[in-house]
Amino acid sequence: MRSGTHSVSLPGIAQDSFHYPMNNTEFEAVIGLEIHVQLLTASKAFSSDSAEYGGLPNTQISAISLGHPGTLPRHNKSAVEMAVKMGLALHCDIRKYNSYSRKNYFYADLPKGYQITQFDTPLCNNGYVPIRLKDGTRKQIGLIRIHMEEDTGKSMHDQDLTDTLVDYNRAGTPLIEIVSEPEIRTGDEAYAFVTEIRRLVRYLGICDGNMEEGSLRCDANISVRPRGTTTFGTKVEVKNMNSISNVKRAIDFEIARQTELILSGGTVVGETRGFNALAGTTFSMRRKELVNDYRYFPEPDLPPLILTDQQIEAVKHLMPELPDALYARFTEQYGLSEYDAGVLVDDKHTALYYENLVRHTSNYKAAANWVSVAIRGYLNEQAMGMEDFSLQPEKIADIIHLIDKGVLSHSAAVQKLFPAMVQDPAVSAEEWVQKLNLVQNTDNDFIEKLADEVLASMPEKVAEYRNGKTGLLGLFVGEVMKLSKGKAEPRKTNEVIRRKLDA
Amino acid sequence: MKDHTRISEIRADLESGVVTCAELVEGYLDRIDAQPELNAFLEVWADEAREQARRVDSKVKSGQAGRLAGVVIALKDVLAYEGHKVSASSKILEGFTSIYTGTAVQRLLDEDAILIGRTNCDEFAMGASNENSAYGVVLNAADKSRVPGGSSGGSAVAVQAGLCHASLGTDTGGSIRQPAAFTGLVGMKPTYGLVSRWGLLAYASSFDQIGPITKSVEDNALILEIMAGPDANDSTVSQRPKPHYEVKSADRKFRFGIMQEAVEHPGLDPFIRDSVYKLADQLGADGHEVGFFHFPLLDYMVPAYYILTTAEASSNLSRYSGLMYGYRSPDAHDLESTYIYSRTQGFGQEVKRRIMLGTFVLSSDYYDAYYKKGQQVRRIIRQKTEEILGQFDAILLPTTSTPAFRLGEKSKDPVAMYLADLFTVQANLAGNPAISIPWNSTPEGLPTGMQLMCNHFEEQKLYELAKTLEKYK
Repeated sequence: MRSGTHSVSLPGIAQDSFHYPMNNTEFEAVIGLEIHVQLLTASKAFSSDSAEYGGLPNTQISAISLGHPGTLPRHNKSAVEMAVKMGLALHCDIRKYNSYSRKNYFYADLPKGYQITQFDTPLCNNGYVPIRLKDGTRKQIGLIRIHMEEDTGKSMHDQDLTDTLVDYNRAGTPLIEIVSEPEIRTGDEAYAFVTEIRRLVRYLGICDGNMEEGSLRCDANISVRPRGTTTFGTKVEVKNMNSISNVKRAIDFEIARQTELILSGGTVVGETRGFNALAGTTFSMRRKELVNDYRYFPEPDLPPLILTDQQIEAVKHLMPELPDALYARFTEQYGLSEYDAGVLVDDKHTALYYENLVRHTSNYKAAANWVSVAIRGYLNEQAMGMEDFSLQPEKIADIIHLIDKGVLSHSAAVQKLFPAMVQDPAVSAEEWVQKLNLVQNTDNDFIEKLADEVLASMPEKVAEYRNGKTGLLGLFVGEVMKLSKGKAEPRKTNEVIRRKLDA
Repeated sequence: MKDHTRISEIRADLESGVVTCAELVEGYLDRIDAQPELNAFLEVWADEAREQARRVDSKVKSGQAGRLAGVVIALKDVLAYEGHKVSASSKILEGFTSIYTGTAVQRLLDEDAILIGRTNCDEFAMGASNENSAYGVVLNAADKSRVPGGSSGGSAVAVQAGLCHASLGTDTGGSIRQPAAFTGLVGMKPTYGLVSRWGLLAYASSFDQIGPITKSVEDNALILEIMAGPDANDSTVSQRPKPHYEVKSADRKFRFGIMQEAVEHPGLDPFIRDSVYKLADQLGADGHEVGFFHFPLLDYMVPAYYILTTAEASSNLSRYSGLMYGYRSPDAHDLESTYIYSRTQGFGQEVKRRIMLGTFVLSSDYYDAYYKKGQQVRRIIRQKTEEILGQFDAILLPTTSTPAFRLGEKSKDPVAMYLADLFTVQANLAGNPAISIPWNSTPEGLPTGMQLMCNHFEEQKLYELAKTLEKYK
């Protein structure tokens, strides 16, 4: 059925494309993603072995995860709960009658010779992932399914000169696999899709989303076709992309490769390809014809998992507020700009910090700036995450309050007070302002005296100003500020200088 | 050595000091040594049994002995017992020692049973004659030119020949009941989900059950109730509370159903057929209701059974790969050759036949035609069985169509061998409990069994019926 020129199962784009004027045919890509999410459960999917990442090889194993004779799997309730959370977050239909299946194949990192997975009754169907591209375009990428399964062990081909070593710590850890509709068209869309998935799993606390360590893994099915056609080209599966930007790079490369191949009269071969991050290229791993018949059949060792409406409802109540809802609330309730709200909800801990902060101050805009500029800037420098930031939101609120009262300038607060408070939060903001001598001076005499000094020291500039070069005002103000060591209140200084120059 | 027919007698003799566990164990060990040709045991745990006997003797003295004190039990070689070899009578598990103890075995130990060794069986419990063992055939002690039945042949002969008091077998399609019938013993296949399968080396997961092989109905019930009940390690075990069985002959009248197609089956031995008719007449004369029913699905049972069990087996046996434990071929030089040579050399012919068959029926091109259809047939058989057991208290039928056949008689013809399961697979397909009780002897002196099947979890009734039937033997 598969061989010959009249291929049915693989509608070869190359054959079709003979009918197109090759040189000026525009191609579009059809991309579907499969994302494996390793769930952050304490124990494995079907045993009580620890599922923690990073243990010494083969220390988190037992008769069950090694597939010893006579062992049986057991449901892990928290894995199911986490999978339901993801389904709800992605607007899926949650299946109430779930069964497990066995996917049979032989490989060294698969101790039982089969993987327990869901085949014809995935936990979640339908649903979608909303994505937002850099240019602001929004799009919804549909989902085919989310199903639960167990992970395999990890084969390491580069640890020994002659042998492959296998670490079974990962064998049996719970995964969900999210399968998108082939509705992604570009590397950028794929980037946004995976980013959104990663943000959600982190919000839900079901996965750390670490692609380098493999707790989030992405495979891409990519084909190209002449724009305007509706049949699919021959698809290629690309694996081994260990960061979101590599997902984009691999897809961009693959689209170009396939397009060029077709334009030069070649044929895309259905195969699995790997990604070489160093070279930015994909390479052939295996032909699809050699792929296993997995002989799926219902797992007889596990009774069907039946979920009730009440259970699904209970999981809903355990869910945190998700980024879209937070975004809506931040823009509406706190009047933040779309940009500010977007930056804040990008990371769960940042959004939470902001939420805590605005319990102590009603200057929402200033609070947003503090979190997304000063604090995040500091954390980036320190290579830390928001979850590691130890200064209490109340303390930031104190700083905002002091600025609003005019006690110190914003710049003094950011440059001097904030680092001091991070160093020693036990000292209050007021005390630090005194200690560091940051109180800004609104005293007219003080400012007048400094202004006179400055204007006297630069007569040519004063003349230029008076001849219409009013943009020089900022220079004079800045000089006064400098002389005052940041203590002159800027607005007042502005007033005084303008009055003197216009006099 | 005195032959105790009941655990209660052992108990009485232990408490009165007539016998000690140590003496019982020595007696069995002597007999095992005296009859090596039976080949019932793959391994005898003599020292350990002696040690356990001493421990239990002192418990008896201090009045703290468990309910199986002094009961010497043999385990079919498919049951995991920590620190002990388990091989499923297969070369592929050569040298393998279990690192944990299965639930049923643990529960026996908790009641002070003395485990004396592991018994020979058909490789991975696949067979009806014990001729498929990698460690040689087991002889029927009633006639050493004949098979003991299978797959729990060693377990049956161990009890038959007095090498232990009772044994555990496993039953996927008749593997407890058929050898029990061939050796004149009581063999129980419990309801699917009554006894935890944790520690049972799987053949076909949705069919396998562990059950006792004993000389008496009473002992059978006691051992079963000790093993039965919920177990967190096996999610397919029923959550019903642990049972307690009262074994006594009942005064009330029962309704027995006899399958027309079974008693009229051309393959049924005339002597056994007559025994069933005779029993039916006696029961009727005593005021029990005996009715015949039609079950046109009889001829579909064995095919459905083989499709479904081989499918599950092909997957269950994938773990025996030569990689992590057990036999690895010396010809292995990379991953693929490790699989190919270890499995080719490690598995016997029948196991390989069933793996191939199961792989075939699950392959995507044939799944619908075989596996799916097999499942549909199973569902129908389950429904029909339930309907019939709505009309009768029990289904009465012979355990086997013939008495024990000669060694080698069927081993060249797998289909003839598969038909040895004709009357037993229904209970496994439908999940019902069924018991084989020793019935009579053929003119050649070969034991036969009578089989009773009840509704799910009606083991109590089954034991009561078995006891009631004893007077008609």
